[in-house]
Order: sequence, then C-alpha cells, then structure tokens
Amino acid sequence: MPKRITAQLSREAARELRAGDSCLISGVIYTARDAAHKRLCELVKEGKPLPIDLKDSIIYFVGPTPAKPGQAIGSAGPTTSYRMDAYSPTLIALGQTGMIGKGKRGDEVVAAMKQHGAVYFGAIGGCGALLSSCIKSAEVVAYEDLGAEAIRRLEVVDLPVTVIIDSEGNNLYKSGREEYLASLGR
Amino acid sequence: MREIDASLITDAVKRLSIEANCHLTDDIKYCIASAREREEWGAAREILDRIIENYTIADEMDQPVCQDTGVACVFLKIGQDVHVTGDISEAVNEGVRRGYSEGYLRKSVVADPLERVNTGDNTPAMIYYELVPGDKLEITVAPKGFGSENMSRIAMLRPSDGIEGVKDFVLKTVEEAGPNPCPPIVVGVGIGGTFDKAAYLAKRALLRPVDVRNEKPLYRALEEELLEAINSLGIGPQGFGGRTTALAVNIEEYPTHIAGLPVAVNINCHVTRHKTEVL
Repeated sequence: MPKRITAQLSREAARELRAGDSCLISGVIYTARDAAHKRLCELVKEGKPLPIDLKDSIIYFVGPTPAKPGQAIGSAGPTTSYRMDAYSPTLIALGQTGMIGKGKRGDEVVAAMKQHGAVYFGAIGGCGALLSSCIKSAEVVAYEDLGAEAIRRLEVVDLPVTVIIDSEGNNLYKSGREEYLASLGR
Repeated sequence: MREIDASLITDAVKRLSIEANCHLTDDIKYCIASAREREEWGAAREILDRIIENYTIADEMDQPVCQDTGVACVFLKIGQDVHVTGDISEAVNEGVRRGYSEGYLRKSVVADPLERVNTGDNTPAMIYYELVPGDKLEITVAPKGFGSENMSRIAMLRPSDGIEGVKDFVLKTVEEAGPNPCPPIVVGVGIGGTFDKAAYLAKRALLRPVDVRNEKPLYRALEEELLEAINSLGIGPQGFGGRTTALAVNIEEYPTHIAGLPVAVNINCHVTRHKTEVL
C-alpha cells in the first residue's frame, strides 16, 4: 500500500520515509529546474530574499508543456536530477525537505539529505501525460521570463512517486537492482 | 524538374512535430507491450504498465507523451529532380515554430549554449540534408529529448579493439547512464565513418523501427547480442531493477579509415518519436 504524504513535508516526516516506499503526495509543491535553481542560489549568495518559502518544501524538477485551454497544466513528468546537484545542498540547508526527479544524485546531495533530513523521490520519467492528471492547479510564482523553467506553485492530489534515496542514504537504484539480480541467483 | 513550394514543407513539419510528440509509432508501442509480457520482476511490470497507460492517455487526449518535446531533429531526403521554391531551412523552422506553438509543445531551445536565453519558439531545428535520386521529398521529424541525449557517448577505438571493443563501449555507456535516460531505452549505435559521421549514424539508427534489424548478418547478430547483454545488467525500467533495460539496439555502419574504429552511442528513452511524410 502506498504511503500518503501531505506537502509541506516536515523534517520529521521526511526522516520516516525509506528507499523503496511508494508514496502518493497531496498538497502544495513547487517546480524548479536548471535556470530557476541557478537564480535561487544566486539570491542566497547575495543574501537576498527568495521568491518562495523553502521551509518544509518539496520541489519537483519539471518543465511542463503549455496547458491547453481547460487544462491546469500540460504534460509534466520529471527531468534528470543530477543537473540540480550543484544547487540542492544549498536549498536543503535552507529548509527544503523533498525533491522529485529521476536519475542519480551526487554524494554532496546525499550528504546534505542525511545532515538535514530530506528525501529524494522518483516519478516515472517519460510519463508526463499520466502525471499531469494529478496536478489540479499551476500558477507561476517567479521567473515568468523562463517559460517552461519558471517556478510554479502546484496543487497536487495523489501524485505517485517512489522514494529513491532516503535521509539515511539508502538508495533504491542500488538495492532494487541487487534484489532483482539476486532473484536470478546472480 | 519537379517544383515543390516551400510552404508545403512548413505544413508537413508542423503536422509531423505535433503528431510525433503526441502519438508513438506502433512498432515502439508493440515492443513496450511485449516487453511487459516478458518481464518477470513485479516492480518492473508495474512501471511498464504505467508507461503503457501514459502513451494511451497521450493518444486519447492528443497530449504530448513526455513534457520534453525535444529539439526538433528534421531529416530531409531531397530528390535530385526536385526544385524547392523558397528557403528550405526557413520553411522547416517555420513549421517547427507553428507546430510547437499550435500543438502546445514545450519550447526547449536556447539561442546560445553559454548565454542560454530561450528562443521561445523551439527553433532552430537540427536539420540533416541528404540528396537522393528521384523527384520526391521525404521529411522525418524526430523530437529528441535531452535526458537521454546527455547520456550519449562517442569513442575513437583502435582497429585492434575490434568487435569486443565495440561491445564493451556500448555496455559501458548503458551501465554508466543507469537510470538517468528513463529506461527502458532504445540504443542507437553508429560504427565507422569519421568522428562526426559515427554520431550521425547513431542518431539515424534511432529512426529505424525497433522491430527491423540491420540487413547484414554480422550487425544483426551484434544487435541481438548487445540487447541480450544490456538486458542482463539488471538496471530495469526506471533503474529500479528488472530485465527490461533496453527495447532495441539499432546499429548503422559505414566504411572507415585504416587507422580507426569510431563508435557512437546515441541513447533514446522509451518515448522514441519519429514521423515521416513524403511530398
């Protein structure tokens, strides 16, 4: 049975999740990818206020397609996360507790997750049409000039994700593959 | 000499851009569905079910299968007896502009690789021209996502590395990519030519239907052996473990220099998209 998660996500709740857990996320999350992460971290460096409150936040690494008339958002699946590795430790230190993306993460990100209590979720890459149906509203809250890369506030209901890396550093990419190969006797 | 008005190219590229992004071809759908039937690992089967559900929704709603609607790779085979009235590359770019705007597709192109300002209309396209005999003009639009493009690699092997060297390089590239390119993947391999020609062959290999093998027995056997080897790695759909790491390995080969053995690996995800029209 999937675990139900409400966003915002507290440090304590993040620490309870384990790699391999299937989860359904409901509540408010934010989108950001390469260009938005760069701008956020530049503001942090300059000591300036950020356009979103990072405390207990979940950030979805996604650049959606434009919404057709009558849609909240277009297709909206995850982008590859390692491109955010240079920025995620800074945002986690400032209160971010969850990331949704796909693909491997660097050691520096996992170290920040363990130190502060944060979790890395995977959504199914290449399933943007399916995931779009879980997003009930989308509003640009910063960097409109970036188009698909703008920061959006999303209201989601039962967004299906899997914990890939937990706050203890356990990694589903490693354990899932090992279990499968062990089942073949290898 | 047959005259073709450039506006017909624009119309075709517009249609193909939308069609390719919202509707996968039957060969790839069939390949995913049969991989689902063969997959024995439960978690992997569940992911393949979601992938099938996703392309079904995209078909029904004319919705992009993936939010990365790619950079538009446009392959033109121009008959030598065709004369196009107007600017061909501008006609292609206008088709991309209209298709990506009217089709609600994502604009993912920046005008400069270092300055990185979005062009806002997904142009310019990556255009590949080929002159062929005849009086037809064939247009293929293949939107290419960058999650998988970023995991692509090229190697200038030594002739002494031979077929074993090629196998090792392809497997190493897929292993290092791991979960990043959204497996199950389609692997395009270019062998021979020059540095750039090998990369082009690898990209062109991804246009071949996944159920059509290389005509030469040597390369057909290599495609089959590599697919089996990749699907023994255990990476599985999304990298969560399982058999189905790749759906197909497509190899294109070309003559090369006595001193070289170029090998390029261009990776595509399960959202392998291409549509063709002939004018």
